[in-house]
Amino acid sequence: MDMLAAIKAEPFFEGIPEKELALLADCGEAGTFPTGAWLLRQHAPAKHFYLLTGGLVELKAFVPQRGVVTLETLGVHEPLGWSWLVPPYQWHYDARTLEPTTALVFDAVRLRHEMEADHEFGFQLQRRVIDIMAQRLQAIRMQSLDVYGLPGGAFL
Amino acid sequence: MSAPASQPLDPMIPRQFRIEEAFAEVGSGEVYSWRLSPLDGEPLRFAPGQFNMLYQFGIGEVPISISGDAEAAGLVHTLRAVGGVTKAMQKLEAGEVIGVRGPFGTAWPVAEAEGQDLVLVAGGIGLAPLRPAVYCALRHRDRFNRVFLLYGTRQPEDILFREELEHWRAQLDLDVYVTVDRGGPGWHGNVGVVTKLIARGGFDPANTVAMACGPEVMMRFAVMALQKHGVAAERIYVSMERNMKCAIGYCGHCQYGPHFICKDGPVFRFDTLQPIFDVREL
Ligand SMILES: Cc1cc2nc3c(=O)[nH]c(=O)nc-3n(C[C@H](O)[C@H](O)[C@H](O)COP(=O)(O)OP(=O)(O)OC[C@H]3O[C@@H](n4cnc5c(N)ncnc54)[C@H](O)[C@@H]3O)c2cc1C
Ligand code: FES
Repeated sequence: MDMLAAIKAEPFFEGIPEKELALLADCGEAGTFPTGAWLLRQHAPAKHFYLLTGGLVELKAFVPQRGVVTLETLGVHEPLGWSWLVPPYQWHYDARTLEPTTALVFDAVRLRHEMEADHEFGFQLQRRVIDIMAQRLQAIRMQSLDVYGLPGGAFL
Repeated sequence: MSAPASQPLDPMIPRQFRIEEAFAEVGSGEVYSWRLSPLDGEPLRFAPGQFNMLYQFGIGEVPISISGDAEAAGLVHTLRAVGGVTKAMQKLEAGEVIGVRGPFGTAWPVAEAEGQDLVLVAGGIGLAPLRPAVYCALRHRDRFNRVFLLYGTRQPEDILFREELEHWRAQLDLDVYVTVDRGGPGWHGNVGVVTKLIARGGFDPANTVAMACGPEVMMRFAVMALQKHGVAAERIYVSMERNMKCAIGYCGHCQYGPHFICKDGPVFRFDTLQPIFDVREL
């Protein structure tokens, strides 16, 4: 697979200069995962950054006395997790594929190193991750509003 | 495309319709549907997106969108039991008679999407007013490029028209994506808000007509996501709700800024609402 072309096709990387794209291509490879594959494990070191190019992945949390709860699902064009960018670089949740899934898989340790060495590159990536984080935060707020509940809420 | 809407002779006088069939759509009937037919006179013709005023004699009258196929026989409404009238109506059975005034209001401009992608975004009970647009697009499928139905609701048990959604999904010419805010054991589909389905794209924003229906907060986020994805405000339509009385622009109950939702809406092109959408005082 032409990694550079695959990266250029992803909206997440839109606007990143050619030089940085080449660097990204050098840090990543294409991955395919069957249904039921664990991509992230809670507390495990965050060694990879996954950008999904197809399929569906569920993000799961273990809640004592409730068991495992699906927090959200992620699909095409979506990055999976950001703990690879934030110390202590450990996954907070589990992630498992719900269907055959494809992703661009980047070496997170190397990416962190490159981001530290070249702040322009670091800024380009961080800006995109912050945008995704803001979108997720908004989504969580919308979920917490329980917009499909009865008008007037639980007191009705 | 769909039959032109018929206007009642006197829009304030309800016609009598018999409930031919009453059935639960969700749970034990928190959301329910009726198939209605007139006691006499012509069947009621409507365009997708329009609504009727349904009157339970002696109880009250409520505006309810038509949820059935504009090009098929029978009038179908889908109601959520939320308060005085809709909870009383929930107890009505097949054979009983109600009053119907309508159809009223503006329609989903399905024909405008011909030759382009059509993206329908529904939340919760909002799938009911959008369903006639789905039927219309399916009947004339060859006139559109890709057709998407993105549907979000609270939890798997609340999914409306579930069998029909599965049937549509199996048809390869309609892209159906369903998501729930809260998954549960046995649910292997999408979890998350419906706006995330918009972000996954697949449609050409410059050649897309989008229609959204659901709780106002959900529509706000849906419109934001569509715009972020490159769909212009003039290409987005939303269906608004306010309390109504006359439904013909006389009483002012449904006033929303400079608009009367009963006659200027309920379906609005988003750019006409943009300055007042989400203004708290309205
Ligand atoms: C154009 C239009 C189309 C509609 N289509 C449908 C439909 O297809 N199916 C359906 O189930 N409902 C639909 N509604 C909403 C429906 O009209 C209301 O749920 C109904 O009027 C509530 O009446 P009630 O006497 O049962 O409840 P009430 O006792 O009047 O109210 C119960 C609760 O519902 C809230 N409420 C009342 N009216 C509305 C409203 N219009 N929008 C939001 N909350 C409201 C009240 O604030 C209160 O909290 C539509 C509304 C409009 C304006
Ligand atoms: S309901 Fe009377 S003006 Fe709209």
